[in-house]
Amino acid sequence: MVEVKDIQDVYTAAFQQREKEFSAGGGAWLLPIRKAAMARFTELGFPTKRHENWLFTNVAPIAQTAFQPAEDRDAEVIASEVAEHVFDTDCCRLVFVNGRFSSRHSAVQALPEGVKVCSLAAALRTDSKRIEPHLTRHANDQDNAFAALNTALMTDGAFVHIPKGVVVEQPIHLLFLTVGGEQPEVTHPRNLIVAETNSQATIVETYAGGGGGEVYLTNAVTEVVANENATLRHYKIERECEQAFHIATTHFHQYRSSNVTFLSIVLGGTLVRNDIYAILDGEGCDCSLNGLSMLSGTQHADNHLWVHHAKPHCDSREFFKGIYDDQSHGVFAGRIFVEKGAQKTDAKQTNMNLILSDEALADSKPQLEIFADDVKCTHGATIGQIDNEAIFYLGSRGLSKQAARSMLIYAFANEMISEISIEPLRARLSELLFDRLPQTDMLRETV
Amino acid sequence: MLVVRNLHASIEGLEILKGIDLEVKAGEVHAIMGPNGSGKSTLAQVLAGREAYEVTAGEVLYQGKDLLDLAPDVRACEGIFVAFQYPVEIPGVSTQYFLKTALNAIRKHRGQDEIDVVDFLALVKDKLKLVDMDERLLNRAINEGFSGGEKKRNEIFQMAVLEPKLAILDETDSGLDIDALKIVAAGVNQQRSPDRAIIIVTHYQRLLNYIVPDFVHVLVDGRIVKSGGKELALELEENGYAAFEKQPVIAAG
Repeated sequence: MVEVKDIQDVYTAAFQQREKEFSAGGGAWLLPIRKAAMARFTELGFPTKRHENWLFTNVAPIAQTAFQPAEDRDAEVIASEVAEHVFDTDCCRLVFVNGRFSSRHSAVQALPEGVKVCSLAAALRTDSKRIEPHLTRHANDQDNAFAALNTALMTDGAFVHIPKGVVVEQPIHLLFLTVGGEQPEVTHPRNLIVAETNSQATIVETYAGGGGGEVYLTNAVTEVVANENATLRHYKIERECEQAFHIATTHFHQYRSSNVTFLSIVLGGTLVRNDIYAILDGEGCDCSLNGLSMLSGTQHADNHLWVHHAKPHCDSREFFKGIYDDQSHGVFAGRIFVEKGAQKTDAKQTNMNLILSDEALADSKPQLEIFADDVKCTHGATIGQIDNEAIFYLGSRGLSKQAARSMLIYAFANEMISEISIEPLRARLSELLFDRLPQTDMLRETV
Repeated sequence: MLVVRNLHASIEGLEILKGIDLEVKAGEVHAIMGPNGSGKSTLAQVLAGREAYEVTAGEVLYQGKDLLDLAPDVRACEGIFVAFQYPVEIPGVSTQYFLKTALNAIRKHRGQDEIDVVDFLALVKDKLKLVDMDERLLNRAINEGFSGGEKKRNEIFQMAVLEPKLAILDETDSGLDIDALKIVAAGVNQQRSPDRAIIIVTHYQRLLNYIVPDFVHVLVDGRIVKSGGKELALELEENGYAAFEKQPVIAAG
């Protein structure tokens, strides 16, 4: 039995080894923040089931594994492995292999004037002034041990900056590929996306692993700042390999009249946890957080959402669906916090779960803390099975039980992807969904 | 086309069909009428293959094959269509997508090629006219938000697209106003053909003014107690089912 304390030492040692590198890597301002984060991680330790936010998710497998910093395996990645995740060859693409920027696999296409899409490590060296006001200022690394660990040990990730008034038509794709080794390894990808006033962009984050069945941990943090009247669409696609652990913290800080639409697709990994925060810090914000988890085998995925209405007249919607088969376990916890002054808040939370087997499990936990008195807040959750009446009806028209079942499961999932604005991405995800369902040859296309 | 011999069927241990004998040939339209609880819908459900009903005796031959041995989807592929009394709503699945997939499943079973999108759209537009339905309904989820009349018309529309050999219409007229009834009847009449057999299960004689049957059977308490021509329907309209309900039950065996 490996002592958790010993494991924490592994991370402390990793930090000490790289302290010199951290102080050299751009910005004297960042080193004290890293140190404080490391101290905070040591103080908090990995969460246990005694922490309310981790009630349904046991991270002991992570806490008891000595993950080493991932090796540089950029040379091992071939073009076809990258192509598997590319949905549109025309869009700007930053590829990271084992947490390191890979220039040979990336494709930074012509972008509108002033738009910056580059490696965060590179930006810290050359553009620190633009990053300092935002990096680590938004993500919660006070209560969240994983986020704290990321702040301490982060090496690279993406920096995206959209200047005032600029509209970026083509999606910006951030692809994180992990190639594991014989020993369990960890990466701490860190992304910062800043959209200035009146700007518009679409970001796609993909996390995927080599199919070798290696054990690795992706501990990612993404901070997104949507300034006044900015419009952002953000898609996060998780396709880590079977034995991988994926812990991600995504934080949206919205200012006046900004508009954020987020969609998370969880398909891979053995243990996945998404912490998604949104703070509505200006009047008239619109925030839509959506997600689909499709699990089988013994997969476990936990989506924890926090929407904080700090100002009046903001609308938020949380809409998450889960499809759980075999012995998988899905968790949804949606928290809506409405401050006293956040009048005319309109918040909605919906969680729908489809259970496909006797042993699959869905946990759904709403949490509404409302301190304003002129608001609309609703929440609802459903947990159900395939409708046998529908199976019979489809059967009476010539569809086998299996095909009918797949059609209904696809229909349930499709609601979450049908609104994706990037058609090639939507089509690719549609294919992925069909790939996971039996007898779908006749169900594909013409959806 | 269809031969039913001494069919007994129960649900949850309760016997509903107590020995049905029926023969339907291609080109014929048969009406099965009876009071509530007589087993009309049960007969339709058993022919559709609903698992909840247990066949305890008798046989059903469809084109010489043992029908009861076939799963519902195989029955459909073999050319059987049931227009349900209470069509279910299926959110998330558009009528167009569902119908194209169903048509292709049936075509595949027959060894035919899949229909291509262009041909399919032309086909459905054509058939929509038969039941006076709007094209927009194609993109809506199956039966979702449809009124009773729209659901029944949707059933007849599907029948028109799938072109079955044997169609069983289970109380297709119940809940319809006279205008909707006329549209449904017209749609069915358009599909009468020498190769097709139609069984109309109905409580009311009214529908049979529009879809004139070749044969009428009276189903009471799980048995067909009288068979006749279309005049039998008019007789029932006049006198109701009372005369038949009082008839002595002939013990089986």
